Formats: sequence, C-alpha cells, structure tokens
Amino acid sequence: MFTPTVFASILPEILILVIALLVLVVEPFWKEEKRRNVGWLVAGSLLLAMVISFLFGQPGEPTATLGGMVRFDWLGFFFKQLFMFAAAVTALLLMENEKVGRRGEAYLLMLASLIGMNLMASAGDLVMLYLAIETTSIPLYVLAGFMLADEKSTEAGFKYLLFGAMTSAVMLYGFSLLFGFTGTTDIYQLIGKLQPGIATFGVLALILVGIGFKVSVVPFHFWAPDVYEGAPTPVAGFLSTASKAAGFAVLIRLFFVAFPDFAPSWTLALAILSAVTMTVGNLLALPQTNIKRLLAFSSISHAGYALIGAVALSQLGAASVVFYLAAYILTNLLAFGIVMAFSRVTGLEDLKDYSGMSRRSPWLALMMLAAFLSLAGMPPFGGFVAKVFVFAAGIQAGYVWLVVIGILNSIVGVYYYLNALKYVYLFRMPEQDEENHPVPLTRPYVIALAVLAIGVILIGTVFAPWFSWSDAAALNLF
Amino acid sequence: MVPLSWYLIFAAALFSIGLFGVLSRRNAVAILLGVELMLNSVNINLAAFWRYGDVSQMAGQVFAIIVFAVAAAEVAVGLALVISVYRRRNTVVADEINMMKW
Repeated sequence: MFTPTVFASILPEILILVIALLVLVVEPFWKEEKRRNVGWLVAGSLLLAMVISFLFGQPGEPTATLGGMVRFDWLGFFFKQLFMFAAAVTALLLMENEKVGRRGEAYLLMLASLIGMNLMASAGDLVMLYLAIETTSIPLYVLAGFMLADEKSTEAGFKYLLFGAMTSAVMLYGFSLLFGFTGTTDIYQLIGKLQPGIATFGVLALILVGIGFKVSVVPFHFWAPDVYEGAPTPVAGFLSTASKAAGFAVLIRLFFVAFPDFAPSWTLALAILSAVTMTVGNLLALPQTNIKRLLAFSSISHAGYALIGAVALSQLGAASVVFYLAAYILTNLLAFGIVMAFSRVTGLEDLKDYSGMSRRSPWLALMMLAAFLSLAGMPPFGGFVAKVFVFAAGIQAGYVWLVVIGILNSIVGVYYYLNALKYVYLFRMPEQDEENHPVPLTRPYVIALAVLAIGVILIGTVFAPWFSWSDAAALNLF
Repeated sequence: MVPLSWYLIFAAALFSIGLFGVLSRRNAVAILLGVELMLNSVNINLAAFWRYGDVSQMAGQVFAIIVFAVAAAEVAVGLALVISVYRRRNTVVADEINMMKW
C-alpha cells in the first residue's frame, strides 16, 4: 500500500506539513520582535523542500496513487514547484509587513493553502479536487481578512468568503451531478461515460462557475479588485499568482482529460469567456488610480490571455498555458513586491505617488520597468514569450478571431502599463527634492525582488528549458 | 421504492432556494444559510445517486461526508469573518459593507 511511489507522489505536501508544524512549534518561543524571522525560516525551508522534491520526487510514467486520489505526473510536479517558489517569495515579502509579518499564524495559513494548491494541481479524483480547492480557499479567506483593525481588510475577507462559498457550492452541485451521470468520481474514468445533451452542458457550466471564480474570469471577477485592494499586499500577490495558477491547473487537467469529447462546445464557451475577460479587464484597468486595483484588473485580463491556450485544446495549448503561468507568477509577484516595498516606506498606493520614483530609488524603478514591460508583453521579458506561445496555440487551433482580440487587448494594456511608468520615470515629486526622499530596501525585499527580476529576464531570454518542461507537463494530459 | 427523480427534483429545488437566498438576501448570516442549503442539496444528490447506483462503491458516501466536514469549516470561518466585520462596522448587512467600489 505505502510504496516509495506513493511517498514520492505526496513528498512536497509532506514537507510543507513538516514546515508548518515547525512554524507552530518554534514561533511561541521567539520574542515578539524576532518573530518576523519565521519568514526566513519558511522561505529557506520551502526552497529546501523544492530541492528535496526535485531530487527524490520526480515522476516517471504518469501513475495514480492513493487509490486514484492523487495523480503523479509532470504536470502536477511542475505546478507544485511553481507554487512552492511563489510561497517562498511571499513569505519573504510577508515578513516585512508590519501588521502581518510578526504573526506565525499568517505563515501557517499560507502553508495550509499551499498544501491545497499542490493537491489541486495533482488531484485525480473529484472528491480530492473539491477537498483541495476548499483547503486552498479557506485559509486564504482568513488571510485576506487578517488585519482585524483595518476596515478594508475585514471587508476583503468577507467579500472573498461570500463569493467563494457560493461559487464552490455551485461547482460542487456540478460534481454531484457528474458523479450521478457517470457513477464514478475518478477524473480519468469519466471519459466516454457522459452522453451529449443539455444536462451534460449544464454540468460543465456549473463546474466552470467554480473554476472561473478561482481564475477570476469575467462574470465571476467582482471579488478580485476589492479583495486585492483590501487584503494585505503580500496576500494579494499570492492570491493573484499561485491561487490563480492552481485554478488553471484544475481547468486544464479536468477539461482536457475528462471532457475532450464535448470539445467544440466548451472550447467555444471558454473562447467567449476569454475574449470578454481580456476586454473587460483591460478597459476597467484604464481609469484606475490605485496601483493595487490597476494590478487587480491587469491580473483579470491576464487570466483571459492564458485561457487562449486552454481554448486550443492541443499539446501546444496546454504547454503554453503552463509556460504563461510560470512567466506570469514571476512577473506579477515582482510587481506586487515593488508595490509593497514602495508603500512600506511611503504608505502610499496611488499612481501619482510614484512620481519621481526613478530618482528616489533607481533600482526599484528599474525592476518596476522590467515587471510592467513584461506584463505588457514586451521582449526581452517573460511576458512576451508567454504571449507568443499562447497566441501561436490559438492560431494553430483556428481561433484567429480570438488571437486578434488578444493582440488588440495587449495594445490597450501597453497604454496603462506605460502610463504607470510615466509617473515613475518622467514626472518629478511636486516641490520636493527626490534626493531627500529615498526608498530604502531591506534585505528580504532585495533578495526576493532580485530573484524575481532575474527570473523574469531569464524566462524571456533563455526560454527553451522552461518551455521543454512545460511541454513535458502538457504531454501528460494526452 | 421512491423513484430517483423525486430526490433529484427535491435537491434541485433546495439548491435553487439556496441560490436565490444567497443572491437576494442582504444579511450576511442569511447568505451563509443559503450556502448551507446549497451544500445540503449536494449531499442529497450524492446520497441518492449512491443508493440508486452501485451500492458497493463507497465514493458517493465518502464524498457526502467530506462535504459535511468542509461545510462546517467554511461556516466557522464565515461566521468569524462576519463577526470581525461586525466589530468594525456594527452591521452585517452586505449592502452597507461597501468601502471599496470600482
């Protein structure tokens, strides 16, 4: 029963659980002012866990372990590494947040939701999938509302919970009907057991509601800007990257493996969702003045771009989604990290407050240039290559109209990203000398931001190894 | 024996009532109650499908039990967040909790 393969398939989760217990044991013994060092502990041990699971937890042929609950393949493995990296960076960013970073519970909740994300990426059964989605969501509800003294934060947690509880209940109703129609909960045995008809499409629509909430596609996106604005900024960064990527992992595994028979209908539905998501996200980002809300709408539009790869329903499509998410996680974490570093010193979050930042902190401004140009899809940064692959997959699958909409939307995106950079590079602080208002960076920020910035450039220049990993992951779906 | 369709219609009705409650009620606690109704309709579906399908397969029952557990956790967190909002604002009416707007 408990063979080495079983052990290897859940090795990352076991290690994360050990880290979480370690945090629980260590934290009470540290003095109040030293407790932020839990961030170092979590980030360091997560990196160690990544190395250990890279050395001992590599999958071979795709297998189902634990009675079909967990699928042990490259898709899950690649996503797990991404999530653990994102969590390690988030831990570094968390420890500099005055209100959250000194509380061990914050790291514990993040690790709990990380276990859920890892299981989301590797779930092979509807029961496991539902459990994993809730394990991800429930700690994130608490984290979003973590700052009890802050009205916006409690409101963010509250809204996130109400939206999340409702959409997950709708998705669960879809799962229960799926179980009834097929008599099995194993995702890999669903194929061929469904009859085409209105009932089946209804079930697919119900499931799409839940996944659409996780990845924040447009009719289910209302929570995203409010939650990103209100939640502690590191948590918002984690939500908009790892949590969204976990939703995409579920989307491509479930729909590519279980429902390819009904492809023309749901790919068309996804194509429409993708077009609407890109357009609405970008248009609503245009008038934003708060940088966190700007990033929230930009992250909605990025979900739309990534969906193009899922619409394609091909190996290139799946690989491009995985690659897009890898580039997007690095880029968006970098953007949120810069916002955090800036507002920690100044306490300000509006776009106009960034005036003269290139003189106040040249390095931070340079990293912001890299992050925003990558988000806009400019070479030589990761966002450019990712967009090329996604659009190529769309063209290959014959969705030319969707790709045209995507390209038009990228142009809209360039406007508001450059608009933010305009404040950073062209404007001066009103009636102040910037020399007197530097933005110093502390060590956790320097490490986290430098790693992310190098990653964004590496993924955009030396993209062959990254893409071959994404391709290996995508191969397991077919 | 009662036909399966009766259970399914009952569950669908319960789900619709719950969804209507979530979308139309303004009180946060009532919204959470609506979510509970939706989750319970899922449990009825699962138990009925299990009973009328292959009874030797435990998947349906196990799924229903896991839904219980998760629903309990979700409501516990939900009520905690409602209380934290109430302490700040002195209200649990969803319409009045609107500091952030697009």
